Amino acid sequence: MTRETGHVPERRIRLSRAALRTLAPQALLVAAVALVGWSLIDTARHNLADQHIASGFGFLQQTAGFDVSQSLIAYSRSDTYGRVFLVGLANTLLISALGILLATVIGFAVGIARLSPSWVLARLAGAYVEITRNLPLLFQILFWYLLMLGVLPGPRQSLEGPLGLFLNNRGLILPQPVAGAGLEWVAAAAGGAVLAAILVGRWARARQARSGRSFPAGRVALLLMLGAPLAAFLLLGQPLALAPAELRGFNFIGGIRLVPEFVAVVAGLSFYTAGFIAEIVRAGIQAVDRGQAEAAASLGLRPGRTLQLVVIPQAMRVIVPPLTSQFLNVVKNSSLAMAVGFPDLVAVFAGTTLNQTGQAIEIIAMTMAVYLAISLLTALVMNLYNRRFQPVGR
Amino acid sequence: MHWLAVVLALGIACCGGVSTASAQATLKGIQGRGHLICGVSQGLPGFSAPNDKGEWTGLDVDFCRALAAAIFNDTAKVTFVPLSAKDRFTALQSGDIDVLARNSTWTLSRDTALGLDFPAITFYDGQGFMVRKSLKVSSALELSGASICTQTGTTTELNAADYFHAHNMTYEMVAFATNDEAIKTYDTGENGRCDAFTTDIAGLYAERLKLANPADHVVLPEVISKEPLGPAVRHGDDQWTDIVRWTHFAMVSAEELGVSSATVDAMLKSPNPEVRRLLGTEGNAGEQLGLTKDWVVRIVKQVGNYGEVFERNVGKDSRLGVARGQNALWTKGGLQYAPPIR
Repeated sequence: MTRETGHVPERRIRLSRAALRTLAPQALLVAAVALVGWSLIDTARHNLADQHIASGFGFLQQTAGFDVSQSLIAYSRSDTYGRVFLVGLANTLLISALGILLATVIGFAVGIARLSPSWVLARLAGAYVEITRNLPLLFQILFWYLLMLGVLPGPRQSLEGPLGLFLNNRGLILPQPVAGAGLEWVAAAAGGAVLAAILVGRWARARQARSGRSFPAGRVALLLMLGAPLAAFLLLGQPLALAPAELRGFNFIGGIRLVPEFVAVVAGLSFYTAGFIAEIVRAGIQAVDRGQAEAAASLGLRPGRTLQLVVIPQAMRVIVPPLTSQFLNVVKNSSLAMAVGFPDLVAVFAGTTLNQTGQAIEIIAMTMAVYLAISLLTALVMNLYNRRFQPVGR
Repeated sequence: MHWLAVVLALGIACCGGVSTASAQATLKGIQGRGHLICGVSQGLPGFSAPNDKGEWTGLDVDFCRALAAAIFNDTAKVTFVPLSAKDRFTALQSGDIDVLARNSTWTLSRDTALGLDFPAITFYDGQGFMVRKSLKVSSALELSGASICTQTGTTTELNAADYFHAHNMTYEMVAFATNDEAIKTYDTGENGRCDAFTTDIAGLYAERLKLANPADHVVLPEVISKEPLGPAVRHGDDQWTDIVRWTHFAMVSAEELGVSSATVDAMLKSPNPEVRRLLGTEGNAGEQLGLTKDWVVRIVKQVGNYGEVFERNVGKDSRLGVARGQNALWTKGGLQYAPPIR
């Protein structure tokens, strides 16, 4: 490396010798990487052909022939392997999204509780963090799973709750909601209320900017969003019925069933990750200088407003980046679902489908691409969100 | 588990497992290495499972030992690699094992698209169901609506889907990565997560031994599929395929001709030309395979004939107690039949 390389004149179209000298090795590197990649693919293709192993993506159009216990999208045994891929993907996305949501809620609650002035609450939160983040996740998932199977009774001795709720070792069975006439008006009322709440919020902000007088926009919005649909629901004669499931033969027929595998995976992922998130939240809040809160108090802001306007925005700057990597961990860890037989992408696609078609390279590549894509997308969304909390330069 | 699949897939991709140039060289490779590498299950009593001394035993294990006896005259020269149902074929394709003796069903797509060959059928099996006696179910046709535990990555899932679909019954399949997880889940709790457990029938008897109270469970009479189980090898090395095929046939022929580990020494003096050809005192059958003349003597003396291996591992001398049934010799109404060695 010569010294000139750092001083390439800007806006010159013709490449100078110095620029060429730096670019040439880089271009060579790119070419070498591309060549290695290509030779890998080419060798694999030849080897597979020599061994008479099928290759290519044609298998995605073939009939799968096996059943999947839980699917978000319509699926039967006569569907294709391509459909199996989508079923697995939807299940992976479902447990990841639910895991992220619950872990965040529990994590924030526990993290704030650790800073509570109440000694008991703070110690309990501390114990929670130490237990959940120091036990292996696979073990925790198996714990929830075997706990449910071991403690809950069989379907014929189900625990019965109100509103046609049943709990047994086949899962939690909820009644199936059945829409009556006029339900669309309830939905319309809910939509209208959300719109009205947004308008009220805007008006309140504009008024405060103009006159300095505040308006309890949050409380009004909440009242609108809960009240309007409820009023419509009651006025229209409750157009929503619940059809409870019935026990017939071995299992319950009808209703919505959350299988124990699903509950165990979501519980394991949520409680485990929440332990880490709690620590991130605690660290974030403690990173905000005490002087900030004191300054806000001296300006006459009440504690709630201080937290909302001064502490949280600054804490979020510290919280969001490590929070992102916890979210990514949830997505990747969701592949442990296979251990308890939940049909996620790894189980049905990189498992059963791989075994039946034998197309390991294609299937593993597709599965890796999916996890990479979900993770990159999560990171992108979180980075955009993080920008909101960066200090605005003036 | 899936990382193993990634590594194996990369193995095929970059290093190519076995290329065409060396396709005929499996036997040479084994002889050069000094031991046979045999893929087995992660523990299925009767077929391949470690005993209390940590030694692998079972019908599939004995088949690999027979191969080692034929090649090296030493049944100890085998390395056993336990594989999950999911990873087994990839391990064979990538050349990590020489032969897969892992209660695997011979199907058309495995024979073709997977690039494998199934030289012989060492055990004729079929898929069945096991249920708790307390359910008072006496036929698989009464299983509509049941939850069923099984291992993923097997023909089991497909057969169950076909069977329930054909009989217009609903069911819920709970599929686990390993048989151990599936049977443990079936056995957890008073009524269990699953009403039934399904796999090949010999497997049902084997897995039943792992339950807390084996006597509380019953295997239903229905056999819903054909499961011809046998060793698998890579497609393309005909010499090695022949050795694997004829090792099984030699053990069946030995039983048919009354040659057992107890009688083999005396039989060396037999005037019967069929016995003489089998034991290499006449002709050179073993040399035609690339082995030695006394290859069958080695197998039978150290491992036994097919009947001995069967009874010892899955039959009346074992805890499984499976009847010979379809696995009896053809002369006794079974399906085990060996082409002539001449």
